[in-house]
Amino acid sequence: MSGWLKDKGHLARMAGLFAFGITAFLVFRWLMVPAGFGLYGHYRAGALDDARARPLHYAGRAACEGCHTDIVEARQGSRHARIGCEACHGSLIKHAQAPTEVKPTRPDGRVLCVRCHETNPWKPKGFPQVKVADHSDSGPCTACHKPHAPKIS
Amino acid sequence: MNPDRRAFLQKTGKLLVLSASASVAWEAIVAGRPETAENYKMSDHWWGMVIDIDVCIGCGSCVRACKEENDVPREPLFFRTWVERYQVTPDDLEHPTVDSPNGGYDGFPVKDKVDEKVKHFYVPKLCNHCHQSPCVQVCPVGATFVSPDGVVLVDKTYCLGCRYCVQACPYGCRFIDPRTETVDKCTLCYHRITKGLTTACCETCPTGARQLGDLKNPKDPIHEFLREHHVLVLKPQMATGAKVYYNGLDGSVR
Amino acid sequence: MESVLQSVQGFMYPNEVELQWGILIVLYPFTTGLVAGAFILASLERVFNVEAVKPTYRLALLTALAFLLVAPLPLQLHLGHPERSLEMYLTPHTESAMAMFGFVYLWYLMVVLVLEIWLDYRKDIVLMWRESSGPTRWLYGAMALWSDNISPASLALDDRIGRALTVVGIPSAFLLHGYVGFIFGSVKANPWWSTPLMPIVFLFSAIVSGIAAVMLVYMVTAWWRERAFDMGCLDTVARYLFYAFMIDFSLEMLDLIHRIYEADESFRALDFMVHTRLYTSQVLVQILAGTIVPLGMLGLVQLVQLSEKARRRIYAMAGVLTLIGVFAMRWNVVIGGQLFSKSFLGYTSYKMDFATREGLLPAILLLILPFVILAVLIRLLPPWKVQRHGAGVSG
Repeated sequence: MSGWLKDKGHLARMAGLFAFGITAFLVFRWLMVPAGFGLYGHYRAGALDDARARPLHYAGRAACEGCHTDIVEARQGSRHARIGCEACHGSLIKHAQAPTEVKPTRPDGRVLCVRCHETNPWKPKGFPQVKVADHSDSGPCTACHKPHAPKIS
Repeated sequence: MNPDRRAFLQKTGKLLVLSASASVAWEAIVAGRPETAENYKMSDHWWGMVIDIDVCIGCGSCVRACKEENDVPREPLFFRTWVERYQVTPDDLEHPTVDSPNGGYDGFPVKDKVDEKVKHFYVPKLCNHCHQSPCVQVCPVGATFVSPDGVVLVDKTYCLGCRYCVQACPYGCRFIDPRTETVDKCTLCYHRITKGLTTACCETCPTGARQLGDLKNPKDPIHEFLREHHVLVLKPQMATGAKVYYNGLDGSVR
Repeated sequence: MESVLQSVQGFMYPNEVELQWGILIVLYPFTTGLVAGAFILASLERVFNVEAVKPTYRLALLTALAFLLVAPLPLQLHLGHPERSLEMYLTPHTESAMAMFGFVYLWYLMVVLVLEIWLDYRKDIVLMWRESSGPTRWLYGAMALWSDNISPASLALDDRIGRALTVVGIPSAFLLHGYVGFIFGSVKANPWWSTPLMPIVFLFSAIVSGIAAVMLVYMVTAWWRERAFDMGCLDTVARYLFYAFMIDFSLEMLDLIHRIYEADESFRALDFMVHTRLYTSQVLVQILAGTIVPLGMLGLVQLVQLSEKARRRIYAMAGVLTLIGVFAMRWNVVIGGQLFSKSFLGYTSYKMDFATREGLLPAILLLILPFVILAVLIRLLPPWKVQRHGAGVSG
């Protein structure tokens, strides 16, 4: 071998190997990086759509209020007016989508009401709390308190 | 017409009308009043949350609702949101007694003997959707990111499961979902808020201790709340740009 | 799974109870540390012309290569989705130390180690290519890139480039392991990790472990080959080990004293952890057995005239204890950093399984693997003088 490559042939081959490797990597990268990557930032733009496409379990109170106007009226001005329907009745998307086919179950007052209203010092002082055992040890809460308008007048 | 048939027709009629109005109402919800899902523009929103410690009663509704809405594993090791219970001797902020049995999923069992002379309160916790988020900073591949509307999300198809982000989060809000071996965390119910609904935790909170807020919407009540109350974020010294604001946060809260 | 909840003391954020990084992640800084340290030893001869350590030069390079090849394996085993690990090269997040480390690793492997080894060995490779037959012949031919030229001019060029590579390799080695330290040290959420000293402490303990490892490998291979130990070489290597150890020890003490003095909000929780759950691994294994004892032994050799036999024994013992100590340091950083809650109110424990993907067994196998690879490399590319038929002595 003559000229400037004399005694450098092996280096040229190594350099060629590196060049090949880098080119192969760049081609591979061009093929493999997912579409939409980098559109909004360093992430796959499709991830936003994936996050939005998750199924709903809770319908939201506006969905309930559309049909159950009588309950809305009953709750007007009551202490429970601000509570979302599904806070007590559980997730109701299936019922909202097919109201006649899927019927929600009535929540059990002894479990549900107690969870919020049983006295304990961690609850804020202004919040209505009772020691349930002393208050009504066997009767259901709904015997005296209507859940949508609980105040006994 | 005989009375039975009339009653039947009336009942059927009522049911039909109810179903029709339900589906109309539902369309409006899915469409996301007042904007439709298609019209949701990310640049119009900047999401945050307000948590009012003074009214939280530790019922755990938020924890249960979140686990159901977002299909979070039910084991006591994985939570997108959880509630902590604090007991603080008034002059000793550095040694609170804290617990979170199953993250508050079943509420908190009433203890028989409780010292009334100390401070007691509940602190709901979740991802703070930091806009200078240390978890996003360390992700090696871009599998977690801050969305243009301020929500920190995870790309489950891209996450390697290296757990660096879990280490980098100062608030402990991330975990590895054992079913997918990728990272999971609160998404601020992105699939709900982009449709005009609120998050599952805010929807089911009976006292309004948790309120979603859109900081870019001038009519959102969060602005007035932040103006009228003295609020804190968790671990402000970390300078994470957290967007969950706590009212009534005690100095003992970690 | 829930058994780990039983071991929680105090309060931990619910998601923190299970450790995220286990023994496989402990292995990773340990192996990359050995790489950086072995290379620094090699560079002592090549760049700083410390002639005495020349017998360890090639051995150090091969040791570095063997460990560097194994280094990514514990990471792959640990990942939730190892099949996606190439994403770190396809879409690296430039703000992430972990992502950029992928490139530092690649640079170090390809440019520094492989190129330097190739250039240093090229004459022997070509000679072995000429002398061998069958598949070995093909292998050596491929390694020579089928270039037959070993004229003095080409070898002189190789030497010049190799020396330049070693010069570049020194900061590259610092970068390689300093980066691993930075991966931990830059996590502001974790006060056990977050300190600017972390990359430096990691680097110096890496140098210590690398020198100790090469020293032991040299002693083992010399004993295996029934050759006399070059005591001039060993004494020099042990002296450099002592110096590096002094610096490393001072840095770790500085970190400790600083923490105790400043006593910030995390101090009480960390102090309690070191006195309880981390006591054995931190105080007994890392500090006492793994640092003070070998440091004392090596210091003794510097101060007192000892017989060759005594010195050999001390070097072997000190080398082994040093490696155990550095491993313990990695354990204490990685595991220790996850045993306490970020609320500073509680502690959990690390449950290590045996024969699972992240258990003790794969860790042991991954620690043995580099020596297997090293044995193969030594076979392929003998680091010592080789008697040749006809072609004269080379090496």
